[in-house]
Amino acid sequence: MLEREKILEVKGLQTTFFTDDGEVPAVDNVDFHIREGEVLGIVGESGCGKSVTSLSIMGLVPSPPGKITNGEILFEDQDLTKLPEKKMREIRGNDIAMIFQEPMTSLNPLFTIGNQLQEAVKIHKKDWSKKQIYNRAVEMMKLVGLPRAEGLMKEHPHQLSGGMRQRVMIAMALLCDPKVLIADEPTTALDVTIQAQILKLIKNLNKELNTAVLLITHDLGVVAETCERVVVMYAGKVVEEGPVDAIFKDPQHPYTRGLLESVPDMRFKKERLYSIPGNVPKPGSIKTGCRFAPRCEFAFDRCVEETPPLYQTTEEHQTRCFLFDPKEAEKHDRTIVKS
Amino acid sequence: MTEQLLKVEGLKKYFPIKSGIFGRVSNHVKAVDDISFSVKEGETLGIVGESGCGKSTTGRMLMRLLEPTEGKVTFDGQELTSLSNNEMRKARRDIQMVFQDPYASLNPRHTIEKILMEPLNVHNIGDPKERKQKVHEFLEIVGLSSYHAKRYPHQFSGGQRQRIGIARALMTNPKLIIADEPVSALDVSIQAQVLNLMQDLQKELKLTYIFIAHDLGVVRHISDRVGVMYLGNMAEMADTEDLYEKPLHPYTQALLTAVPVPDPAFEREEVEIQGDVPSPANPPSGCRFHTRCPFKMDICETTIPIFAEVEKGHSVACHLYEESRPQ
Ligand SMILES: Nc1ncnc2c1ncn2[C@@H]1O[C@H](COP(=O)(O)OP(=O)(O)OP(=O)(O)O)[C@@H](O)[C@H]1O
Ligand SMILES: Nc1ncnc2c1ncn2[C@@H]1O[C@H](COP(=O)(O)OP(=O)(O)OP(=O)(O)O)[C@@H](O)[C@H]1O
Ligand code: SF4
Ligand code: SF4
Ligand SMILES: [Mg+2]
Ligand SMILES: [Mg+2]
Repeated sequence: MLEREKILEVKGLQTTFFTDDGEVPAVDNVDFHIREGEVLGIVGESGCGKSVTSLSIMGLVPSPPGKITNGEILFEDQDLTKLPEKKMREIRGNDIAMIFQEPMTSLNPLFTIGNQLQEAVKIHKKDWSKKQIYNRAVEMMKLVGLPRAEGLMKEHPHQLSGGMRQRVMIAMALLCDPKVLIADEPTTALDVTIQAQILKLIKNLNKELNTAVLLITHDLGVVAETCERVVVMYAGKVVEEGPVDAIFKDPQHPYTRGLLESVPDMRFKKERLYSIPGNVPKPGSIKTGCRFAPRCEFAFDRCVEETPPLYQTTEEHQTRCFLFDPKEAEKHDRTIVKS
Repeated sequence: MTEQLLKVEGLKKYFPIKSGIFGRVSNHVKAVDDISFSVKEGETLGIVGESGCGKSTTGRMLMRLLEPTEGKVTFDGQELTSLSNNEMRKARRDIQMVFQDPYASLNPRHTIEKILMEPLNVHNIGDPKERKQKVHEFLEIVGLSSYHAKRYPHQFSGGQRQRIGIARALMTNPKLIIADEPVSALDVSIQAQVLNLMQDLQKELKLTYIFIAHDLGVVRHISDRVGVMYLGNMAEMADTEDLYEKPLHPYTQALLTAVPVPDPAFEREEVEIQGDVPSPANPPSGCRFHTRCPFKMDICETTIPIFAEVEKGHSVACHLYEESRPQ
């Protein structure tokens, strides 16, 4: 397969919240990139920094208390972290679009669906006639599979079901033909049968329109089903990155392995679930060493003394764990002990 | 043969919808509409279904935290639905509930000790010293420590709070625990800890569980039998293996194929269903699933399919299986 160009690259991103309890490095030195037309997944448990990462890309980190304190976000030869708000607003409207977990909070309850869609078209196509704008809105609604598009144009958000609202949000995000679509937990609030419809829609749109998608989720099933490449985050850091097949067939980081072992599988009964002991640390509470060390069954001295870097384990697979330091590899048995 | 601990017959809950300035009842939300099932001693019955299908309403009616509109609930030989409020309060010693959001159900101003002590006070179990001892014992049982007793709910993580919720449910030595989405708010790594804990406790204390959840993986893992609800009805119920390996109801089939599987190599057979769940205030006529069912026949629009056994221990409400039923 031909290597596709990197369209968005995040380098050494650090986003910090300055709170009364001190500095919270919610995202700490994160690197990853999205290639043209690919679906990249970011997966991790609650609070690991997924949403803050996506808000950082969009220039929407609530400030104060939040601030990008380090790093670059490269998009088409510009560093988004350095752009003035006016420029950033243009990028948000045209090149990078985002959909959120709860569509209701991003739709205005007072206006009809048609109103909101047409307003969004108007922003990008200032010289279009009313008719053109209306037609584009209806066309987008049909594209995302909304039934009776023309009728829905006259309805208000509360008259739609959750799945329909999420489709409207996707339609709105795609109006301007973005190059990158960031979807932050787009199906978490939906039922599984509706989730299946929305994921299929996102996959189809990615294929048809060649929009690159950054899909953020805590659901490993959603990742396996939708993404080509995966970034696993833990406590504000990327701990593993690789093609989806590699991550699921050959998970390397002890956290990724623990996570995969602990998910009940709908297809068969596991006698007992593997359970990672302990809890996710508060961001900022572990200053040196591997952030997973307090919960890791493989932890050894070095893990609390030094912070592990990302080791390149195969051409496309990276892992932040000392077990994959070529110098250590011989010394350790990496078999997970199932309780 | 194991004994039936709980028997539910023709259970219904209609919530009135009031409208107009006089607040006249104009219609009803048929949240639970005529469901029957039973639970054997020591087993775990899972109940799954999508949002709004009536899972929580069912759970709450079993304990009469909600009064059923109709139907009979028999627990351990006693008909709960005919008990006075006072008698019902006593019966609750044997049936306890665990909720999805333990935080909302734990009083933020009380210490964990006080929270765990309360059911003992209510049911007048033991003297103050014994009560205190029991609190500490159960904290250890659910994997916390006695020094946690003096702390407040906000000082605990989500997983720990759920352990406290479980400990509270166990204080009165109940026979049956109704757990309504007990792990839905938890991250997978913490979810596994709580599921393992519930399984261990079941063995140790010979508990019977009704486990309500929308996650089909979790339900498969924990349940001996599973019931699938759709729009206030029980669509299908069977032993876990049978239900997951040989789902009969078209809705169950669709539900099972819609779940994303954590394996990129997995190829699914799709039974895709269109559209959304209709409103329980205006449920479709006949079979409630007919508006989305890929196998719909004419009879489905007019006649409600009966929920009945079609194979041993496997019941389903669908006209497709009318013939296979013993007459
Ligand atoms: N406005 C804020 N002020 C202070 N801390 C914040 C703020 N927003 C986020 N954080 C902290 O940043 C960390 C990362 O949060 P983030 O929302 O990115 O997590 P997430 O991975 O998206 O989790 P979830 O799966 O729950 O959505 C968390 O520890 C959170 O408490
Ligand atoms: N007090 C009430 N008054 C009116 N309608 C109610 C009430 N409680 C529940 N309902 C309705 O009854 C139906 C069933 O609700 P229930 O909470 O039992 O669903 P559920 O299966 O537990 O859903 P979820 O998965 O979202 O928890 C829903 O349509 C709900 O809106
Ligand atoms: S670096 Fe050490 S503590 Fe961290 S995951 Fe690897 S083995 Fe475990
Ligand atoms: S009764 Fe008819 S509509 Fe209902 S599930 Fe069976 S085939 Fe489908
Ligand atoms: Mg988030
Ligand atoms: Mg519920």
